[in-house]
Amino acid sequence: MLNPYVNRRDFLRAGGALVISFPIGAALGGETPARAVSPRPLALDQVDAFLAIGADGRVSCFSGKVDLGTGVRTALAQIVADELDVALDQVEVTQGDTQSTPDQGPTYGSLSIQVGGMQIRQAAASARAALVQAAAAKLSLPAEQLFTRDGAVYARPGGQRVAYGELVGGRQWEMKVDPKAVLKDPADYRVVGQSVPRLDIPAKVSGEFLYIQDLRRPGMVHARVVRPQGIGAKLQGFDDSAARAVKGHIQTVRSGDFLAVVARTEWAAISAARALRVQWSAWEGLPDQARLWEHVRATPMNHSDVLQSVGDLAQASGEGLKTVRATYDFAIHTHGSIGPSCAVAEWVDGKLTCWTASQQTHLLRRQLSLMFAIPPEDLRCIYVDGSGCYGRNGHEDAAADAALVAKLTGLSVRVQWMREDEHGWDPKGPPTLLDFRGSVDAAGKVQAWESTVYAPDAPKTIQVPLVAAGLAGMPTQEAHPGNIVQALAIPYKFANIKVTAHRLASTPFRPSWIRTPGRMQNTFGNETFLDELALAAGADPFEFRIANLDDARAIELLRRLAKVAQWAGRGTPAPGRSRGRGVAFVKYELVRTYVGAVAEVEVDRESGRIRVTRFVVAHDCGQVINPDGLRNQIDGNVIQTVSRTLLEELRFDRSRVTSVDWASYPILTFPDVPEVVVELMDRPREKPWGAGEPTASIVPAAISKAVFDAIGVRLRSVPFVPQKVLAGLRQS
Amino acid sequence: MRIDMKVNGKLSSTEVDDPEMPLLYLLRDDLALRGPRFGCGLGQCGACTVHLDGRAVRSCLVPVRSVGEQAVTTLEGLGSSVNPHPLQRAFIEEQAVQCGYCINGMIMQAKALLDAHPQPTDADIRSALAGNLCRCGTHQRILSAVKRAAATLAGGEHA
Repeated sequence: MLNPYVNRRDFLRAGGALVISFPIGAALGGETPARAVSPRPLALDQVDAFLAIGADGRVSCFSGKVDLGTGVRTALAQIVADELDVALDQVEVTQGDTQSTPDQGPTYGSLSIQVGGMQIRQAAASARAALVQAAAAKLSLPAEQLFTRDGAVYARPGGQRVAYGELVGGRQWEMKVDPKAVLKDPADYRVVGQSVPRLDIPAKVSGEFLYIQDLRRPGMVHARVVRPQGIGAKLQGFDDSAARAVKGHIQTVRSGDFLAVVARTEWAAISAARALRVQWSAWEGLPDQARLWEHVRATPMNHSDVLQSVGDLAQASGEGLKTVRATYDFAIHTHGSIGPSCAVAEWVDGKLTCWTASQQTHLLRRQLSLMFAIPPEDLRCIYVDGSGCYGRNGHEDAAADAALVAKLTGLSVRVQWMREDEHGWDPKGPPTLLDFRGSVDAAGKVQAWESTVYAPDAPKTIQVPLVAAGLAGMPTQEAHPGNIVQALAIPYKFANIKVTAHRLASTPFRPSWIRTPGRMQNTFGNETFLDELALAAGADPFEFRIANLDDARAIELLRRLAKVAQWAGRGTPAPGRSRGRGVAFVKYELVRTYVGAVAEVEVDRESGRIRVTRFVVAHDCGQVINPDGLRNQIDGNVIQTVSRTLLEELRFDRSRVTSVDWASYPILTFPDVPEVVVELMDRPREKPWGAGEPTASIVPAAISKAVFDAIGVRLRSVPFVPQKVLAGLRQS
Repeated sequence: MRIDMKVNGKLSSTEVDDPEMPLLYLLRDDLALRGPRFGCGLGQCGACTVHLDGRAVRSCLVPVRSVGEQAVTTLEGLGSSVNPHPLQRAFIEEQAVQCGYCINGMIMQAKALLDAHPQPTDADIRSALAGNLCRCGTHQRILSAVKRAAATLAGGEHA
C-alpha cells in the first residue's frame, strides 16, 4: 500500500506496485448519493457546518465548494488532515449537498482554496484547540502540555493519549469557529505542500467513478428536451403521433414554450424527440454576426463606472509625447464541456430532490425554490461530479428541466442534454469590446493610460436565469454575466490613468461566467496594449514592466520568468521570420495570484496558421497545497486558453446558435497542443490564493505579442484565425 | 428483439426495442457500464470509444444490430482500480486526469495504438489521439501516460 504522503517524484518512483484504495465512498460521487443525512448545522460560523468526527476517529469534512475536475477534493482533505492532525486516509469529503454542506458560495472565481479551504482550515484549527481542551480536562493536565498527532491528543510526559473519537466521537461540536484559533506553523505541515495523488483518479481511469450522467434511480425514466428553433420563438403547436409510435415513449410534456419527451429508455427518448413535429413562431432577434462589434458599440448603456483613476489624463504632458490608440475585441465563447449537462429529479410529497453537477447547488436551490414557489427547506440539491464545466454551463438548466418534467409527470426523471443542446443553449461568455488610448514621452515614460470596456451590466444578484423557467413562464431572475469588469484596472504605476466600464443594457445571448470571465478579455487588452506602448517607448517588454511596477513579488516573478524562459530580448519582425515570443503578466484582480508567461509561436505566412509551440509560466499563488495538482491546473489553463484564443468563436444567425457541434465549434486537438513549462514560486508562509483562472488571463496577450514578434502583425481580435493573420500580412 | 453480444469476455443477452440503437446505450443503460461515455453522439469527440475485435470504434455510431460476433471491450474490460491495466496505471502515475470525462476514450484509443504500434513516437501518439477531445487541457499528461505505458509494456515483453 502506497503511503499517500509522498511527493510526486517518490510517487512516480513507486511505479509498478501502485494500487491505491481510498475509503472515501460518497466522496467519489459514490454509490449512495441519496443516503439519508440528518440535518446538520450549516451556519458558516459553526464548526459543525464543516467537520464531524466519528467514534472511530474518522473525520468528515463538509464543503460547499465542489470538485469540478480540479482536484480540490483532495486539496481540502490535505488541509483538514494537517490542521486537525489526522492521517489523510481518515478524512472523507462531502461536497455540495445542500442538506449537509454549508453554503460557501458557488465554486467560481478561483476561490475554493483561498476562501472555502481557509474557512475549513479555521474550523479545523478551532476543533483541534477544543480537542486539546477536552483532553486536558480528561487527563487533568494543563492544555499547554499536550500536543496532537494522528487523530489523538498526547501528554508530553509519559505518552498518555486520548483519541479524538473518544473525545467527540459522533457528537456535535456545538461551538463557533474561532477566528483567532491558532493555525499550525506551515513548517509543521506534513501533507499540505505535498503532491498527494488525487483521490478520484483510480476510479476515473477504470470506469468505476460515478458521474451525474451515470446516476440511475429506481423507476427513473429518460427525458429529452426539445428547444425552440429560434431562441425567443413561441411554441405554436406540435404533432407527436410519430413520437408516440416509438416503442418506450411514455409522454410528451409541454408547459408554455417548454417541450420534452419522456420515455422508458434513453434511446426511445432520443428517437421520440427526433420524431416530434413542432411548429415554432419565427424569431430573429439576434444581431447580424458580421456587424457584431458595431452592435455592441451601439448597445444602450445603463451606466458607466470609473474603475481606476490616477492623476488627470487632461494634464498628461511630456517631451515628444506619442499617442497610441487601439481597439480589441473578444469573441463569444461556449463552455464546451465534453459531457453534455445532465440531472435527475424527483418530487415526493411536494418536496423536490435534484441530483446535479451544478457548481452552485445552494444557489440552484434558491433558484428552483423561486421557480416552483416552494420554500427552500422543501428542496434538496445533491452534487454529483459531472464533466468539467469551467463556469456556469448548462448543469443548472438541466436540473431545472428535470425538475419541471418530474413535476409534470410525477416520475423520477433524468434529463440528458444532447450535444446541440449544450452548444446551443448553455449560457455564453459575452462579446467584449475594449478601447485603449495611451501616451509615451520621449524618455519612454507612460504619461497617460485610458481604457474602456463595453460589457453587459450586472444586476444585484449574481445568477444565470434557468432556461426552463423562462420557457415555461415561471418566475425567473435577471441575467448576471459574472464580475466581468475585474482585472481591467492595472498594477502599473503610470502618472495618469483612467479605467472605465460601460455597462450595457443587453447582450445577444444569455450571459454567464466562463473560466476567467472578463479578466481574460480585460487582461488581453491591458497586456497587449502595454506591449504596444513598450514598442512606442522602444523598451524591452520585461524591463518595461519591471520599470513600472513597485511590487517586489511581481518583479521577482518576472525576473524568474525571464531566466526560466531564457529571454533574450524582443526579436525584430522580418520577412524571413516565422517564430516569435511574447510575454504577459497579471497580478490577478490586483490583489492576489501573480502569473507571468512567455508564449512561443510559429506562424505559417502562407496559410496564416499560428502554432503555439511552448508556454513558459511562472506562478505565485502563495502557499501551494498540492504542487502536482496546481501544475495540472496551470497546464489546463494554458491549453484550454490557447484553444479559445486561436480557434473559438460562437457562430449564429439571426435566430439561433449555428455552431452546435465540434465540427462547427472546433477546439484544440493533440497535434497542436503546446508544451507547457511551469515554474512554481512556492511561498509556504503566505496565504494560499487561487489558481483555477489567473494563468488563463494572460494567454491571449502572450500569443498576440509572440505573433507580432514573429511577423509584425498585431492581432487585436480573438480568435486569431488565419484570415486575420493573412489580412494583417497584406496590410504590413 | 434480442441481441446477444460478447462484452469484456462475458456473453450478454439483451432485449432491445430498436436494432438501430447505438451500442453506447446498450452498454451504459442495459449493461450498466460506465466506461464508455456519451459526449456528442456524432463520432466527433471520442468519449464513447470501445473496441470491437480490438479496433477502437465510436460506440455512439455503431448500431447494436451490426455488432454480431465481434468481441466488445470497454474500459472495464482492461482492468480495475484495484488491478489496473498498464495504461490505466500509467494514467494514475502521471495523474493524467482533470474532470476525467474524456479519459475512457483516451485510454481505449491509446490501447488500440499500442497494440498495433508498441513503440510510437510522440507524433504517432498525437496523431492517433487527434480525434479525441479533451476540454480540461490534460493533453500533455495524457501523452506522458501513453509513453509511460508503452515503455512499461515493452519492458514486460522482454521480461
